[in-house]
Amino acid sequence: MTASIEIRDAFKTFGHGPRAIQALDKANLAIRPNEFVTFVGASGCGKSTLLRMIGGLESLTSGSITVNGRPIAGPGVDRAMVFQHYSLYPWLTVTENIKFCRQLKAHTRDRTSADVEKASGRADALIRLMGLSHVAHAYPNQLSGGMQQRVAIARALMSRPPILLMDEPFGALDAQTREVMHDLIRHVHRIEGSTIVFVTHDVEEAIYLGQRIVLMAPRPGRIDTLYDVPLPAERHQDMKLAPEFLALKREILDRIRETSGMKTDLEQLARLSAEAAELEA
Amino acid sequence: MSAHKRSDGISPLWQIRTAIDPRHYWVLALCGLVAPLLGWSIASNLDGVDKVFLPGPADVLARIWTWASEDGLPADVAISTWRVVAGWALSAVIALPLGLFIGSYRSVQALLEPLTDFIRYMPAVAFIPLVMLWVGIEEGSKIAIIFIGTFFQMVLMVAEDVRRVPLAQIEAAQTMGASRGEILERVIVPSAKPALLDTLRVTMGWAWTYLVVAELVAANSGLGYAVLKAQRFLQTDKIFAGILLIGLIGLVIDQGFRLAHRKAFPYLAGRH
Repeated sequence: MTASIEIRDAFKTFGHGPRAIQALDKANLAIRPNEFVTFVGASGCGKSTLLRMIGGLESLTSGSITVNGRPIAGPGVDRAMVFQHYSLYPWLTVTENIKFCRQLKAHTRDRTSADVEKASGRADALIRLMGLSHVAHAYPNQLSGGMQQRVAIARALMSRPPILLMDEPFGALDAQTREVMHDLIRHVHRIEGSTIVFVTHDVEEAIYLGQRIVLMAPRPGRIDTLYDVPLPAERHQDMKLAPEFLALKREILDRIRETSGMKTDLEQLARLSAEAAELEA
Repeated sequence: MSAHKRSDGISPLWQIRTAIDPRHYWVLALCGLVAPLLGWSIASNLDGVDKVFLPGPADVLARIWTWASEDGLPADVAISTWRVVAGWALSAVIALPLGLFIGSYRSVQALLEPLTDFIRYMPAVAFIPLVMLWVGIEEGSKIAIIFIGTFFQMVLMVAEDVRRVPLAQIEAAQTMGASRGEILERVIVPSAKPALLDTLRVTMGWAWTYLVVAELVAANSGLGYAVLKAQRFLQTDKIFAGILLIGLIGLVIDQGFRLAHRKAFPYLAGRH
C-alpha cells in the first residue's frame, strides 16, 4: 500500500499577536507514491513541524496538505509515525506493543476471525523482519535503544500504513547501530512499498536513505532546495564513499551552513582569534 | 557493587553519588536507628530527669504492654486505621478521576486547578468547627477531617502524574487511530499507574498525620484520642507509646505499598 502527499502553501505560526513565531513559511511539495523523501536542515528550520503537520499532530495556520487528494483532518491510520524516543509502552511486552493497534476500535470494526489470524501472522512476520524474535516477550526497558526503535518501527508498520513518517528515529542511536537501522529501513521501504518521509539532521543519513532530499532552512522555517539523489535504488554502505555521494554531501553541508548562519559564526570566530593574536603580539 | 579506594585516597563513603559496600550500608542504617534509641535511654536515666518529663524506652514498652492487655489497644488501632483508610480511600475515589481529567484536558485544568491550589493552603484543622456543624460529631466527621487534609493535595499530585505521561506515547496512539477515550484508557492510565500508586502511598502517610487532629472531634476511641487523653492525665509514657505506634503502623503500610509497587510493575526493572 502506498499514497501520494501534496503540500500546498503550508504555513504555520506558533502563538498569537506580536509574539507569534513563524515556524514554517508557505511550503510546497509533492511526494510521489512509494517515494522515500528525507527532510534535512539545521534546527529551527521547521522540518519536524512539517512532518507533524503531515501526521495531523500539528494544525496548519493556512494552506493545505492532501493525501491521495483528500485533505487531512488530524492523525489517521493511513499515516503511521515513528518518534525519536519514549513512544513505546513500557508496561507491554515487545509483541504486545507491536499488536497495540489491534486493541483499537479503528482497527477492529467488522473484524472476522480470518482477519485476526492474518493480523497474528503479520505481527510474527514483523517480529522476524525486525530481528526481534529473541526479545518478543521482553519489556522495552530491557532493550537497547536500537532494539527499542525496531519495536517502534514494527508497531508503526503493523496496520500496513500507506505512509510512514519518521521523526529523527535514529537520532539517539550510536553510529554502528544506525548503519544497521539504515539498511533495515531501506529493506522495509522496498518490501512494504509505503511512502516514507524521514526527518533527520544528519546529511549522510539523508543521502543514504532518500531518493529525494528536501533541504530546509531556518528563520523563517522554509523549504530551500530539493536534491535528487544520484544513487541506484539498491544501496550499500560502500556508496557513502562514492564521489557522487561525497559531492552531494559537500553541496548540502555548504548550503546548510549558508542558510543557518553558521558561516557567519565561523567568520566571526576567525575574526576574534585574529584580534586576540594581534593583542598578544 | 564493589567499593574501591580511588587513587586520590578519598574513601567511597565520602564521594558524591558513589556506591558503597552493602555491609557499610547496613551498619550505617543500623547506627542511624540505634543511636537515637540509645541516646533516649541514656537521657531518661540521667539524674534529675523526671519520668513524667521523659519516660525511658522500657517505660514506654511496659505501657504498650498494659495498653494492649488491659486498655483496648487493638480496638484503638482498628478504629484509627479504619478512619484513616476511609478518609484516604474516599479522597482517592474522587481525586483519581478528577486528577485524570485535570491532567488530560487543559480546560478542566483551568476550571479546577487554581481553586484546588487555593483550598489546599487552608488549614484542615481550622475546618473542625465547620465539619462539626455540617457533618456532626459521629464517625463521619473524623473521616471528613482526614479527607479534607488529603484530598486537595492528592488531586494536584494525580494531575501532575498524568501530565508526566510522555507526549510521544500519546501521539503514537493518535497516529494509530486511537480515540480520546482509548488514549485515556489504554495509554494515559496504564502509563501513569506506577506514579499513581506512589502518590497513593505518600498521601496515605499524610492521612495518618491528620489522625490526631481528626480525633480531636468528640472521639472516645482511637490512637489519636488516647494520646490526647494521656495528655490530660500527664501520662507521658502513653503519649510516647501512641506516637510511636502511629509511626510504626505508617511504616508498615508504607512498606506494603512499596512491595505492591514492585510486584505490580515488574516491567520497571531495567536492563541487567
